[in-house]
Order: sequence, then C-alpha cells, then structure tokens
Amino acid sequence: MTINPAEQTSFLFGRLTLEALPLHEPILVATFGAVVLGGLALVAALTYFKLWGYLWREWLTSVDHKRIGIMYIILALIMLLRGFADAIMMRLQQAIAFNGSEGYLPPHHYDQIFTAHGVIMIFFVAMPLVTGLMNLVVPLQIGARDVAFPFLNNFSFWMTAGGAVLVMMSLFIGEFAQTGWLAYAPLSGSDYSPWVGVDYYIWSLQVAGVGTLLSGVNLLATIVKMRAPGMTLMKMPVFTWTALCTNALIVASFPVLTAVLALLSLDRYVGTNFFTNDLGGNPMMYVNLIWIWGHPEVYILILPAFGVFSEVVSTFCRKRLFGYTSMVYATVVITILSYIVWLHHFFTMGSGASVNAFFGITTMIISIPTGAKIFNWLFTMYRGRIRYEVPMMWTVGFMLTFVVGGMTGVMLAVPPADFQFHNTLFLIAHFHNVIIGGVVFGMFAGIVYWFPKAFGYRLDPFWGKVSFWCWLIGFWVAFMPLYVLGLMGVTRRVSRFEDPSLQIWFIIAACGAGIIALGIAAFLMQLFVSFLKRDQLRDVTGDPWDGRTLEWSTSSPPPAYNFAFTPVIHSHDAWWDMKQRGHERPLQGYHPIHMPKNTGAGIILAGLSVAMGFALVWHIWWLVALTFVASIAGTIIHSFNYNRDFYIPAEEVAQTEGSRTRLLAGE
Amino acid sequence: MPRKILRLLALAPLALLLSGCKLVVMNPSGDVAVQQRDLIVASTVLMLLIIVPVMLLTVFFAWRYRQSNTKATYDPEWHHSTRLEVIIWAAPLAIIIVLGAMTWVSTHLLDPYRPLDRIDADRPVAEGTQPLLVEVVAMDWKWLFIYPEQGIATVNELAAPVDRPITFHITATSVMNALSIPAMAGMVYAMPGMQTKLHAVINKPGVYDGLSGNYSGAGFSDMRFKFHGLSNAEFDSWVENARASGNTLGRPEYLELERPSTREPVRRFASVAPDLYHAILNRCVDSAQMCMDEMMRVDARGSLGHAGTYNVATREGRDNGERGRGPAQTYVLAICTTSDPYGTRQTAAAEPTQQVN
Repeated sequence: MTINPAEQTSFLFGRLTLEALPLHEPILVATFGAVVLGGLALVAALTYFKLWGYLWREWLTSVDHKRIGIMYIILALIMLLRGFADAIMMRLQQAIAFNGSEGYLPPHHYDQIFTAHGVIMIFFVAMPLVTGLMNLVVPLQIGARDVAFPFLNNFSFWMTAGGAVLVMMSLFIGEFAQTGWLAYAPLSGSDYSPWVGVDYYIWSLQVAGVGTLLSGVNLLATIVKMRAPGMTLMKMPVFTWTALCTNALIVASFPVLTAVLALLSLDRYVGTNFFTNDLGGNPMMYVNLIWIWGHPEVYILILPAFGVFSEVVSTFCRKRLFGYTSMVYATVVITILSYIVWLHHFFTMGSGASVNAFFGITTMIISIPTGAKIFNWLFTMYRGRIRYEVPMMWTVGFMLTFVVGGMTGVMLAVPPADFQFHNTLFLIAHFHNVIIGGVVFGMFAGIVYWFPKAFGYRLDPFWGKVSFWCWLIGFWVAFMPLYVLGLMGVTRRVSRFEDPSLQIWFIIAACGAGIIALGIAAFLMQLFVSFLKRDQLRDVTGDPWDGRTLEWSTSSPPPAYNFAFTPVIHSHDAWWDMKQRGHERPLQGYHPIHMPKNTGAGIILAGLSVAMGFALVWHIWWLVALTFVASIAGTIIHSFNYNRDFYIPAEEVAQTEGSRTRLLAGE
Repeated sequence: MPRKILRLLALAPLALLLSGCKLVVMNPSGDVAVQQRDLIVASTVLMLLIIVPVMLLTVFFAWRYRQSNTKATYDPEWHHSTRLEVIIWAAPLAIIIVLGAMTWVSTHLLDPYRPLDRIDADRPVAEGTQPLLVEVVAMDWKWLFIYPEQGIATVNELAAPVDRPITFHITATSVMNALSIPAMAGMVYAMPGMQTKLHAVINKPGVYDGLSGNYSGAGFSDMRFKFHGLSNAEFDSWVENARASGNTLGRPEYLELERPSTREPVRRFASVAPDLYHAILNRCVDSAQMCMDEMMRVDARGSLGHAGTYNVATREGRDNGERGRGPAQTYVLAICTTSDPYGTRQTAAAEPTQQVN
C-alpha cells in the first residue's frame, strides 16, 4: 500500500480513497465486522424497545452531572476494552517473536498498536474515569445541585467522546500514528510520518482536549463557588480536595498540550519549522513542551485516586481519616511540585549535570508528601474496625502495590541510574505499577464504592472480589517480568527479539495479561450479575456503607436536584457529624427548585467537531470550512437560546421526598 | 531476628529464578555501568528502609484491625498525633536528603559529558591518555561508527580496546534515537543536527549488545549492533581488517547509505571523507545545502537580510517506503565566496576518497 499524499487528492474526498480501508488486514476486517454486528444489534434493540426517545431526552442531552459522570465512565469502560485488546496483542507478539520469527504483527501494525494503547489508556480510559467520578461525586460531596456550568459539562463530555470516536475511526479508515503515545518530533513531522496517522492523533487529542479543559474550568468553578454553607476549604472532603487540585492542574497544563499540538499541526499542514531538523526547527523543544503538560498529567490522574482511597479507607475502617490537614497539604505540595519535574523524562537528552540533578532531586521530593499520604492511610487503619468490602480490598491492594512503584520511580529519578533504565522495560513496569496499582485500582475502588449512590443498588461482592484478585495477581505476574527484562537491558517498543533467554519472561508477562483479562471479564460479569440481582442488592437508605460525607445523606440514586434543602456543614465528615448529632430529615417546607434544562447543543457541536477533525485528517477542505462555519453558527445560535432553565415545582419535590420517606420507613 | 531470616527466605526463590538470566544492568563490564549499578543498589537499599516497614505494617494493620477481631482497640475519633505526623514527614525527608546528596554528587561524577578520570575503581586514567574517539550516527535503521583516529568506519559493529577511555560524539540523520550499550554505560540520545557526548570505558573483553534506546520508526526493532571489547592487539587487527576491505565512505556513498533500510549487515570502510561527520552533524552532506554552522555564523553576523530569503530551493520529499513520500522540502542553499569559489564542502564532495592518516 503506497499512498502518496501529494498525488492522490480530490476536491470531494481529499486524500481519502478506497485504498485507505485496511481490507488486506484480516485482524481489522474481523474487528470491523464484529463492531458493525454489535452496533446493528444495539441499534435494533434500541429501536425494538423504543428507547431512542428516552436515550435522547434523558441521557444524551442531559445536563445532570450524575448522568454525565455515568456516561464518562461508560465511555472509559468501552475504551478500556479497546486499549486492553491492544495490550494483549502486544504481549502476544512479544511472547512469540523469537528465534527469527516475525510474530504475527508487521511493524506498521505493531507500531500503531503501542501508540494507540498509550493514547487510549491515558486520554480515553484514565481521563474519563477520573472526570466521570469527579462529575458524579463532587457536586454531591459539596452539597450542590449541579456543576457551575451544566451545559458546558454536557459539551465537555461529548467533545471527549468525539476524540474517542476519531481514534476509533482511525482503526478502520486509514491508520493511526506509529510514533509512540507522545508523538515525538521529528518522527511525527510530515517528513517521516507523511500519511494520516499523526493527523488522527492530533485531532482526536485536540477535540478531546477542549472537553478536558472546559470540564476542568467547570469543576474548578464548582468547587470554589458552590460549596454548601459552612463548608470551608478545610472542611472539604479529601476527594473534593484532590478534585480541586486535579482541575487546577488541568486548567494550567492542558493549554500547553493544545499549543504544542497546534505547533505540530502547523508544521504538518502549512510547512512551518517549529520542530523540524532544518530551517531553525528544534525537536528538543517539542520534547520539553509535551512533558511540561505530560508530567502534571500523571498527577491529574493519580490525585483523584488518592482522594478515593482517603474516602474509602475512613469509611471502611469506620474511623476519621488520620491527619486530614497533612493529607490536604500533601495534595497541594504534590500539585505544585508536579510542575518542576518534567525534565526527568529525558535526562538522556544531554542537559548538564546540574540541570539533571535539580530535576532528579525535585522528583524525589515528591515522594515525601506521597509517603506521608501512605502513612496517613496506614494510621487510619490503625485502631479502626476494617470491613473488607470490595473497595477496601482495592485500597489495601493499592497500598502494597503502589509503594513498589513509588520505589522504582525514585530509582528512575536518580539521573545516572536513569541512563540505564531510560526507555527500557523497567520504565514500562514502573509506570504501569503506579498507573494500574494507583489510578486503575483507585478508579475501581471508586466505582464499586459509589455505584450504589448512582444506581440505588450495590455491586455483587463475589464477582467484585474475583475481579480484584485477578487484577492484583495479574498485575504482578504481568509486570514483575518487565522489571527483570529492564535489568536485562531490553528496550521498549521492540517487536522482535534475538536473545532466546528473554522469551520465558515475555511468556510469563503474557500470562499475567491473560489474568488481567479475566479481571476485566469478572468486572463486566459483576455489572451484569448485579443488574440481574438488583432487587436483592437494593439500598433504600441512600447510605449503604455507613458513609461519612454528604453524598450519602441523599437518596440513591439522588433526585435530579440532589438535595431538597441545601445542607449546612459543621464538620469535615459532614454526614457522619449529622448522624452523630441525630440529624432528622426535614419533611416539609419545600420550595420550587431552579434547574438547568437539557439541550442537544453539546452533542451537535461535538458532532461537528468530529466531522471537522475527520476532514482535517483527510484534507477535505470544503468539509473543514463547512463544519467550522456550522460550529461557530451553532455556538452563536445556542447562546441566544434563553429557554434553558426551569423550576421543579414544590409539589413535585414534596412528592419525590415523600416517596423516599415511605421507603425509609420500610413501606 | 527471625523476621529478618523470614524476609531473606522469601527472597530465595526469586534469586533462584533470576540466577538463570543475564541481568546486564546488575552485572556490567564497564566502569561507568558498574558505578551506575552501585548507585541503583544503594538507592534501592535506602528506600527499602522505609518501604519494607510500610508493607509489613500495612499487612499487620490490615489483619489486626479486621472487623471480626473485637479484641483489637477501636478508637473511631483518633485522627491526629503531632509526634506521629512529624515522624511520617521526617522519615521520608531524611531518606530523600541522603539520596538527594548522593544524586547531586553522582550526577556530576557520572555526567556523560565529563571525561573519565578512572578506568576502574583501582586505576586512575594515566596522565596524557588520549581517549579513543568514535563518532556515532544513528540512521534509518542502522548505526554508523566513524573512527577519525584510525580513518575507518563501520556499520552496525563497534569495537574498542579494553581499558582505554572512549569518547563518543553522537548525532542522528533523521529522527531521535539513543545509543545504548548497557554493559558499558547508560544511554544517551542521538538527535539530528545536534551532538551529544558520552565518555565510557569497557573493562572486560567480550561481545556485548548494542541497542537503539529510542523508538525511531518501522525498522527500529532490528536496529542492533554488537560491541566488541578487544585487547589492543585484537583491536589493531580489527582496524586492519576494516582497512583491508577496500571500501570507501565518501559523500556519495553516504547519501546512498542514508536511504532507509533494515537489517543492514555489518559493513566496514577502509577510508572516510575527513569532514563527513561534520557534514552529517551540520546537515550538509548534500553539498548544495548550507551547513548549519555556516548558517549560524551568517546569522550571528546579522544574516543576509532579504537576500537570504531568496537563497532557498526545494527538493523532493523523503521517501518513506510504503508509508509514502513526505512533502517537498525547502532548504537553504550553500553559498560560495571569492576566496572559495566552489565552496569548501563542494571540494570535499568531489573527492570523496580523500584520505588522512
């Protein structure tokens, strides 16, 4: 397949031709067939059960933060399956490509897979999980009725989903980048990556990046401005604190990503020379800029996970969190320090010894507040009464796994040691150790913990435990061999090997990935079984875990308005405090509640953005112009829509609250 | 003490498993890598001082304070202890202070740009020792090594005499890469239009793996080479062997070599155009193009003004094989002067076999 972008362009289709469809790749054709069949089945089911209207009115156009949070998490779980399929394919390739065997993936395909795996797992799994959980929980934890900008929230979600759609399109139309997940220039420049892969990369991240940035602004404004009366900063739940810091990081660092990708697209589209080899371009600038975003990104993901663990550990130890103040300061210190460590990703680029040493030491300093956090969780368990529900198991699993990742992280922070570890499988093992052991475990703990709040019934504990053990064991089996291989000097992103003594370790790692696959299957099983057994697992109290923070004070699932009366906060475990002081639900005196109206503008604008991204990828200029004008027009039209709020009448509130009163009384 | 023994016992099966494989990072053959290994071990031990107690305490608390153990103390309101908080901040801080000091010192001592002052732990570098200079070029997808002192060059094969300090000057032709010989020293990036350096020495004779440390495109996986640590006599005969090959590496041959290719067999060149490495580094092997150092010199003197904007030409984009051709490239033309009517680079290009040494 030789595609020459200079030769094959037409007005109507740009450089898109039939040859762009990967019909010669049986793996992709089979995947495409499965996706089409699955999609048709879904469409048929929705039509048969007449769910289209419900879906559009209640979900796709919803501005309710809880529903948007759930949609984010659904998006993340779907993309997890794609990203994990990539992981399995890599493990399989590396396990068999020995003794002169090419494996089953040619470099063109393998290189797309590891790029897509990284991009999808970070941008379309970890980010939506984190954003989804923050969306679902933060307004409830601070006693708010929604986020500060409800429409913006819906728009942010659809832009994130739009980015995911573009990545998925690249699977079947054209190709994805073969550059590694950060697309280092000059490899990602048009000289070395002339076709559409890197363009898909750029536009999917730009579209999703708009969503991430706006949702960061939104949650930041929500936390700063919309806390219930009495909730001073130092009375905020720890999860909300970590959400505040994460969103501050998002707002400050994502514009850097947007800018560096914009410069890269100028290089690719109009022939500028920011990151080229000649004419004054400097690829080192790309590496610096992308990591100035990239390192804070790591903390954007891990801080909310730390928040989840803090909530879970105090709830299931039935004890106040040890050292709340030092937990908050540790979070803030990590937030600030995360900006001055980016160079540790490329000690090997030839900076002077003093520069390297500076960044190495700042990196190590981050381990101090992180260590303090671990100790705080540890001493919360001390003299507690620990209930081993599934979220608590994830937490203990995290504590034992994450410290190892933290240790190897500090080893990588010593520049002379990093010269040996850099870009080896030791590094791969390290960051999976902290991202799986930290972020993924945290998000699973969070999903299981808050699921009853979102849906009104608990998740089945048996399948939850199966999932936990498979993930925990699978993680160790999959990644310990990578540490060993790193010490054997094996570098990353290699698809074929010569030394037969390496193979056994790759086979062990592939088995580990298989165990993790069982963990994912068990999690899906858990969702399915719990849905079937939802009446048995039903929680009518709204407080199934004997919780401590405000979200447990309302019903499960909460009404659209969250709280009939805005609570007043006196202590940092607000709901626990209310329970201790014999709080009674007010049963009358309801007022009409002012709420935002659903709107289809978000999904329409995001759809136009996806079309524009696609047109930019394929150089279909008329479509670029059309979708650009349409999205500007759509934005202006939407801003003149004054019919965007309504009141829930007091009678309806009284009715909703009355039915809850009857449920609580056991009727 | 029994706990300590238990801990050691727990590690035994792991040690057994690991003894079967070649942990080159843990068992290197060059002094720089040995010092890096020592640093890895020291930092690991330092951190285990805190990691092991934390893990043991986690397991212990998790078991001790389980819900069914009603004998354990339950204190739901206990959430603060100044003494404990001082300890949990101070203990990691103390370790990081020690590790930070180690980092500062070792980063300076093991700076790849710093010439070696010792051959190994017992032998300092003798006064007046001339390191072996090797100029390294990461290409698509093979390694070119130029030995200016010997006047030879090799593709995908590196050799050096044991115990003689080596100075690597490293650049690349197209995209970023990294020179990695884990048995001798850690990796350093190779970047087009830029030069990085690495000082290292190999202490034991042997054949070691050389790798590409930074993903560079489709042929990356096969871009490996062997590094031969040789005795002085063996090295001399290795050099003679290359000289006997009769191949020459001038600009035309280099431009031929520069085309992307994978699994390039070992090649040896008896002679190299003397300014080839300079031309590669300054991106002007094709002598129609102005060298970057020349361009910088012009710019430093205030540039050519508007005239400079016309001193450009375009050429066909790069051929990426099945991935298609890149867009046409613009480049700055070399200029000739009255004292050098054809441009010095042109002269060199015309006589590629010109040979010193």
